[in-house]
Amino acid sequence: MTETIIWTVSVLTVLGLLLSLVLFWVARKFRVEEDPRIDEIEKTLPGANCGGCGFAGCRAFADAAVKAGNLDANYCPVGGPETMKKVAAILGCEVKETAPRVAVVRCNGSCANRPKVNEYDGAASCKVKSSLYGGDTGCLFGCLGCGDCVAACQFGALSMDAATGLPVVDEGKCTACGKCVAACPKRIIELRDKGPRGMRMYVSCTNRDKGPVARKACAAACIGCGICAKTCRHDAITVTDNVAYIDFSKCKLCRECEAVCPTGAIHGVNFPKALDKEAVKQRIAERKVKEGDASTTVGMTEKKEAGNE
Amino acid sequence: MSKLTFSIGGIHPADSKLARESKIEVLPLPPKVYVSMFQHLGAQAQPVVAVGDKVKAGQIIAEPGGFISAYVHSPVSGTVKAIAPRKDLAGFGVMHIEIDVEGDEWAEGIDLSPELVTDIPEDREFILNRIKMCGVVGLGGATFPTHVKLNPPPGKTADCLIINGTECEPYLTSDFRIMLERTDEIVVGAAIMQKVLGGCKCVIGIEENKPEAISAVRASIKKLGFPGISVGVLKKRYPQGGEKQLIDAVMRRQVKSGGLPIDVGAVVQNVGTSLAVYEAVQKNKPLVTNVMTFTGNIVPSERQHNYLFRIGMPLSFIAEQAGGVPEGTVKLVSGGPMMGKAIANFDATTVKGTSAILCLGEETRRHPETPCISCCRCADACPMGLEPFLLKKLYAVGDTAALEQNAVQDCIECGCCQYSCPAYVPLLDNIRMAKAQVMGIIRARNAKK
Amino acid sequence: MLVSPSPHLHSPASTNGIMRDVIIALTPALLVSFFFYGWSQLIVLTVSCIGCVGFEWLIARYLMRRPAVFNGASALVTGILLAMNLPATSPWWMVLIGALVAIGVAKMSFGGLGQNIFNPAITGRVFLLVSFPVQMTNWTMPVYSFSAVDAISGATPLSVLKEGLKSGLSIDEILAANNMDMSMFMRDIGGSSGEVSVLALLIGFAYLLVRRVVKPWIPLSIALTIALIAGVFHLVNPAHFTGVGFNLLTGGIALGALFMATDYVTSPASVWGGVVYGIGIGLIVMMIRYFGSYPEGMSFAILIMNCFVPLINKAFHQKKYGRA
Repeated sequence: MTETIIWTVSVLTVLGLLLSLVLFWVARKFRVEEDPRIDEIEKTLPGANCGGCGFAGCRAFADAAVKAGNLDANYCPVGGPETMKKVAAILGCEVKETAPRVAVVRCNGSCANRPKVNEYDGAASCKVKSSLYGGDTGCLFGCLGCGDCVAACQFGALSMDAATGLPVVDEGKCTACGKCVAACPKRIIELRDKGPRGMRMYVSCTNRDKGPVARKACAAACIGCGICAKTCRHDAITVTDNVAYIDFSKCKLCRECEAVCPTGAIHGVNFPKALDKEAVKQRIAERKVKEGDASTTVGMTEKKEAGNE
Repeated sequence: MSKLTFSIGGIHPADSKLARESKIEVLPLPPKVYVSMFQHLGAQAQPVVAVGDKVKAGQIIAEPGGFISAYVHSPVSGTVKAIAPRKDLAGFGVMHIEIDVEGDEWAEGIDLSPELVTDIPEDREFILNRIKMCGVVGLGGATFPTHVKLNPPPGKTADCLIINGTECEPYLTSDFRIMLERTDEIVVGAAIMQKVLGGCKCVIGIEENKPEAISAVRASIKKLGFPGISVGVLKKRYPQGGEKQLIDAVMRRQVKSGGLPIDVGAVVQNVGTSLAVYEAVQKNKPLVTNVMTFTGNIVPSERQHNYLFRIGMPLSFIAEQAGGVPEGTVKLVSGGPMMGKAIANFDATTVKGTSAILCLGEETRRHPETPCISCCRCADACPMGLEPFLLKKLYAVGDTAALEQNAVQDCIECGCCQYSCPAYVPLLDNIRMAKAQVMGIIRARNAKK
Repeated sequence: MLVSPSPHLHSPASTNGIMRDVIIALTPALLVSFFFYGWSQLIVLTVSCIGCVGFEWLIARYLMRRPAVFNGASALVTGILLAMNLPATSPWWMVLIGALVAIGVAKMSFGGLGQNIFNPAITGRVFLLVSFPVQMTNWTMPVYSFSAVDAISGATPLSVLKEGLKSGLSIDEILAANNMDMSMFMRDIGGSSGEVSVLALLIGFAYLLVRRVVKPWIPLSIALTIALIAGVFHLVNPAHFTGVGFNLLTGGIALGALFMATDYVTSPASVWGGVVYGIGIGLIVMMIRYFGSYPEGMSFAILIMNCFVPLINKAFHQKKYGRA
């Protein structure tokens, strides 16, 4: 009995020693020299490996950042400015301040606004659906409602609203990684600046059809009438291909466009007060009158001057 | 003689040739036709008429937009009303020429008499030019321009011309009807194509479930006495009419992945194309008519029809002529039930390749998907020897390299996998996406080279 | 109107239809085992089926919170197969533990139907075999009535042999002493309830073949491998190694090869993969029988080969068109 125990113990000890030597040798032989900062940065990063930065994962991002030596081309949208500051400290470089962004679903095609004209019966995938046909509503541009964006989101920030059939973004969870933007075959999701206290304006439609066609397909479509662009005093709105677009870097959140939009395609969100459309319209009208007076007076003075010469 | 068939996979869906006894009827003309500029595979045709122009039936109204493209002719006489995008059957906007129908006057030089012309022109170039100018495209489904297919690249010769009369899709009977009613013309058309290809042998492949067609074609070959044309009797099996499967069945040769049939010395043309070639070469009649079936399992037997239609007719107009879409129809399909397209827009119009309007009842509705149990019925059914269950899983994880290695690009989208899946997994829906993705990668790689 | 991608037709096949066919195929063997073992077999079957279906439902509903994962028909098949793999004398609590291991550990923890690596019923059986060796090897000898009182406890032919060989007897002596012959094909084998009649199992399997639910390649390759090995060894030393017929008819070979090794989820996809899988099972079974300490090795063989299925699937593929 004792002999057995002694043998067992000694055999196992010798085996353990031998194998540890082998492991030691392998570790030495196949060691890869790496910049220790890569590890450090990787630890700082959120570790979601979402690819929102454009790299295959957090380690690839760290690797690229260390190789570049700066953060000019690299930004982790998930970690945000806090994380980027820490990464910059490790690298010893500056980080550009970037405004936080959020995914915005630009479609008003709820079940009420956009009646169904047929029933889709294929695989529950927007990609399959969009490659098959124009969609189960009259609108060729709007949300298909199969939830590819929801499936693509790694942070649980997107969910389908059963009542409207449209995806809803949970702003608290959205990291603006852009996965949903890439997943949407109709390209209706856009990353926009979050805006001060989350307040922002956007055109919630991408229908490029001519006004009557768009209107027929969806009650809340942008019909490309251009009233918003004419009203805007900040040059923030452009109308191309029958659809308006608000440049969020120029928008001053005056909400006048939202008030004048005839179909309600323009949305303002997270404002503390509800929009009083009539009041704003009146304000615009008053201003127009004033401006009209000003321009006529200017015109007249010019004429006068011309007449004087 | 033993019956021929392909060697891998295949399924046996119910025949459902409900309209097989209905003779071909000529449809009346609608008040307006809308002629699509996408009647064929390849580049969009370019309109050569202007709004307000008077056109005659058979007159060229659009010319090819590229090497792989085809002429489009006016199917009716009348006035061009508009040239504008219009929704096709999938609901996408496609350029159409709208023509108001006025009378039925045909362009000059078109022989509309029913007499059979058996003397084949000697000049190969003349024949090819006629086929091209008459806008003939493959009517088996792919609508590939026929003159391109009949003109193999230098260094490649055809050993065998296969005329595809299998009509392996359930429900469809238009090919069967023309084989019965236009037999001689089809055989002459085959002889013309045989001549163009340098006098190779020619096999007209017909499935065993059409014995009347087999005997009619055999009798016609004997009567007309063209050498080197024979009938190949095929087993009833889907997708027998797939180009690659038919070559395997008739010639016992397999086309290499990414290759063309001509690489193994084969040219496959549909019987409908054969008829169109006859009309183009012998009668100078452009391809503006074709035969289609109006059928479906819930269509009463007296309303099953085979129609001679003109291109540009609204599908809804044809359904009206057939007595309307029957009650209980939940899905309308243009083409066969295995590879046809669901109709999202019933105001879409017929094109050269339209083969059927199919009214399907409640049983076409899909069942909810359940987990794959690896029964491998999809792999057994796949005529290309692929493993659809594996491809679907690889697509779900986005492994394009493995997808390519497992030959997703070889998929012919026949639908056998999805048909046979007991778990109702939408296999083909996913594989189609995977195939498109991988094909894109392959094309980009080839472009770099 | 509906719009969907093609195809617009579907074959009448369904997962539940396949499970129904398997249950029908198992019925003859079940009837035979009722006939031999009476009420006790019926109790084991009932407990096993209720256990499997119940655990599947409970786990899908409350643990995974995905009720859609529940598939009653497939759980029922697992329940029947588990019952056929247990002695008719098994106490109800043991059957219930087996069902929990089969469904909970081998199936649901991998994600439910279609995701499991190991055959659930065999995992349940092996768990019980290792945990309760006494109950699991104390087989009831088949008797011909529904009165369970006169059931005789006994050992399986294989364990009788193993004991005999250990004590230095030759095979002929053991067989003669225990009165065993070809009647094993029809009935009369001490063993788990599903093993009693190879004929009944074969009838069921023939039904599955006719219905095209399974292909014969896996059972064939298992049987041929066993026959080959047994034949060679028996020729070399007939006194120590049992013969072909004996090896094919005893133990769980028939049940295992026909109904367990052919399980879709845990067997290879391609024909040649299936053949390799079958040869592997045959080899392992015979190694365990001839050289191992267990008298029987079918369950272990199948479980071991289950591990290799992903590898086999990587190595063997369907023959592809135009890719010689």
